[in-house]
Amino acid sequence: MTTYANPNTSGAIADYKSRYDHYIGGRWVAPVKGQYFENPTPITGQTFCEVGRGTAEDIEAALDAAHTAAKTWNNSSPTERGALLLAIADRMEENLEAIAVAEAWDNGKAVRETLNADIPLAIDHLRYFAGAIRAQEGTLSQIDEDTVAYHYYEPLGVVGQIIPWNFPILMAVWKIAPALAGGNAIVLKPAEQTPASIMFLMDLVGDLIPPGVLNVVNGFGLEAGKPLASSPRIGKIAFTGETTTGRMIMQYATENIIPVSLELGGKSPNIFFGDVLDTNDGFLDKALEGFTFFALNQGEVCTCPSRALIQENIADDFYDLALERVKKIKMGNPLDTDTMMGAQASNDQFEKIMSYMDIGKQGGAEVLTGGESIDLGGDLSGGYYVQPTVLRGTNDMRVFQEEIFGPVVATATFRDYDDAISIANDTMFGLGAGVWSRNGNIAYRAGRDIQAGRVWVNNYHSYPAHAAFGGYKMSGFGRETHLMLLEAYQQTKNLLVSYSEQPQGFF
Amino acid sequence: MTTLVASRPEIPGEDFSRVAMTQDTLDLLQKLRGIHGDLMFHLSGGCCDGSTPMCYPIDDFRTGAQDVLMGTFEMPETDELDASEIGFWVGKPHFEYIRGSHITLDVVDGRGAGFSVETPEGKRFLMRSTLLDS
Repeated sequence: MTTYANPNTSGAIADYKSRYDHYIGGRWVAPVKGQYFENPTPITGQTFCEVGRGTAEDIEAALDAAHTAAKTWNNSSPTERGALLLAIADRMEENLEAIAVAEAWDNGKAVRETLNADIPLAIDHLRYFAGAIRAQEGTLSQIDEDTVAYHYYEPLGVVGQIIPWNFPILMAVWKIAPALAGGNAIVLKPAEQTPASIMFLMDLVGDLIPPGVLNVVNGFGLEAGKPLASSPRIGKIAFTGETTTGRMIMQYATENIIPVSLELGGKSPNIFFGDVLDTNDGFLDKALEGFTFFALNQGEVCTCPSRALIQENIADDFYDLALERVKKIKMGNPLDTDTMMGAQASNDQFEKIMSYMDIGKQGGAEVLTGGESIDLGGDLSGGYYVQPTVLRGTNDMRVFQEEIFGPVVATATFRDYDDAISIANDTMFGLGAGVWSRNGNIAYRAGRDIQAGRVWVNNYHSYPAHAAFGGYKMSGFGRETHLMLLEAYQQTKNLLVSYSEQPQGFF
Repeated sequence: MTTLVASRPEIPGEDFSRVAMTQDTLDLLQKLRGIHGDLMFHLSGGCCDGSTPMCYPIDDFRTGAQDVLMGTFEMPETDELDASEIGFWVGKPHFEYIRGSHITLDVVDGRGAGFSVETPEGKRFLMRSTLLDS
C-alpha cells in the first residue's frame, strides 16, 4: 500500500498553485472582473486553492481566442490533430501518478480509482480519437455518369463544453478528444465543485496545444456556464449534468439553432437472475462485485447501479453474500491506495444524500447496512463521508426513482423474467443497466429488452473507448466514447459536382 | 429547521400546501430577488446536481405541458422589494414519484453546479421531505 502525501505538503507528488486564472489563448489570464472563489478538497473540507470566477466577459475573451485559433485549427490535417492528441496522452502518461493524486484531492474520490481508471481511461481515450481521425474517410457517390457527390467531414468551428464534477478530468477528455480530433476549437467550463484538477492538467499539457485551441474558463453556472451555453458564437454545446439544466441548455440552443448533446443521469437497474447462485465459483464472485459497484466513485456516477433487482428464489442467500461483500468496503484516507471509497464531492452533495437516507427510511425502505454518515477522524473529520448503504424496498419508493448520486443502492426482488424487465424499465431514465446470468439466452434477451443506452452483461462499470455510451429516455441523447461521436463534432459538406459540358436543360 | 412559509396550493382539486420553506430559505430568496428580480423553482431530476431545487430568474426557464406547478410562495415586500410570487415546478413524471411527499425548501452551505442563482452565494437549496398524510 501507498499513502500519498496531501498536495502542497512535504513529500507530495502533486502540488497545486494557490490560485488559478483562466486558461485562454494559450496563457493564464486573470478574470476580467478580478474575482476568484475558494476551492475546498472534499477529503478534509479545507480550501486548498482559489480559481477564477469567470463572467460573460471572460467567456467572450475565450471565444475570441477560440475563433482566432479556429481559422488555422479548423483546417489542420488529421495527422496534426492525431499527433496533438497522442502528445497530450503521452504527457499525461508520464505524469499519471501526479495527475491521479491531484484529481483525488480536488474531487474526493479514492486514488486507487484515479490511478487505475480515471486517468488511464482518459489517456486511452485521447489515443482512440487520434486513431479515429487518421482513419476517417469522407465518401463519394456517383450520382450519374458525369455527376459526383463528395461528402467531407468539416469541423463545426468553435464548440462549448460544460463538464460535470464526478470525473472532472475523464469527463473533460471524453469531450475534448473528439472535438479536437474533429478540428474544432473549444471553450470549456469545468464544474465549480471541481475546478482545479483540469487547471492542473492544463499546466502540464498547455504547451503542447496551439494557443486558443483549448480554452478553459472557470466560474459558476449562472455567471459563466450560461453565457457560454447561450452564446451565438458556438457551433455546438455539450453538457453532462442533470435534467433541468439540460432543458435550459436545449432552450438556449434553440435560440441559436445549434446541436446539443446531453448526458443526464440515470437510475440504473442491476438485475441478478437466479442462476448466478448455481455454483460457488468465480462467476458468483464477479456477480457480487457487480452488486457492490454501486459504491464505485462513492456512487457519484450517472450509471451507478443504484437499483439492484434480485430474483426472489435466491434472495435470502444472495442478500447474505452481497451484504458481506459490501461490509468489506474499506473507507479511509482517499490518498491511501488501500481505500476503496472516498469522500462525496461537496457538502451540498453530502447533505442531499443524507436527505435521501431520510426519505428512504420515512418511505418504508429497510436499511440493510449503512444509512449514516461517518466521521473518519483526524483531518478527515472535516470531509464528506457516507457509509455504503443497502436499502430494501419496492420500486415505487422515491429512493428507487430519484437519483441520489451517492453510495446508496435500493434493492428489490422480482418473480420471473417479465417481472424483472417490467421493474427495470419502470423509471424515467435509461442510461445504464446490468444483467447477470449464466444463461446466455436470458442475458441476451434481457439486454435487448431493457430500455437503456448501455447494458453491461455479466460485468459493470467498464468504460472502454469504442463502446458507445449514452442514454435512452430522460437520460439524454448523443453517444460518447465511440467513433460515432466524431461525427457529432463535425458537419457534412456535400460538393455536388457536374463533369458534364451539357446544359441542364431548363432555361 | 423552522418552517415559516407555506406555499399556496396550485394543483386543481387540492386545498393543502405541498411545499414550504424555512426562514433561511426565505431570507436567501429575498436577497436573490434583489439581485435577479422575480424567481421560480424547478426541481431537477438525474445526475450530479439532480434531485435538487433549481432557482432561476422568472423568464429564464420555460415550463410547459410536461411540468406541474406544485405550489406558489407569496413573497412579502421589504423596504427595497415589492411583494411577488415564486412558483415551485417539477416535471410531470417526477411529480408522480414525489406526490406522496411534503417538501420543505432548506438552505445548506455548498456549491452546486447548474445555473441556479444561489450558487455564487456559497449556498445551495436543498429539498427535505416528509410523508404527506394520506
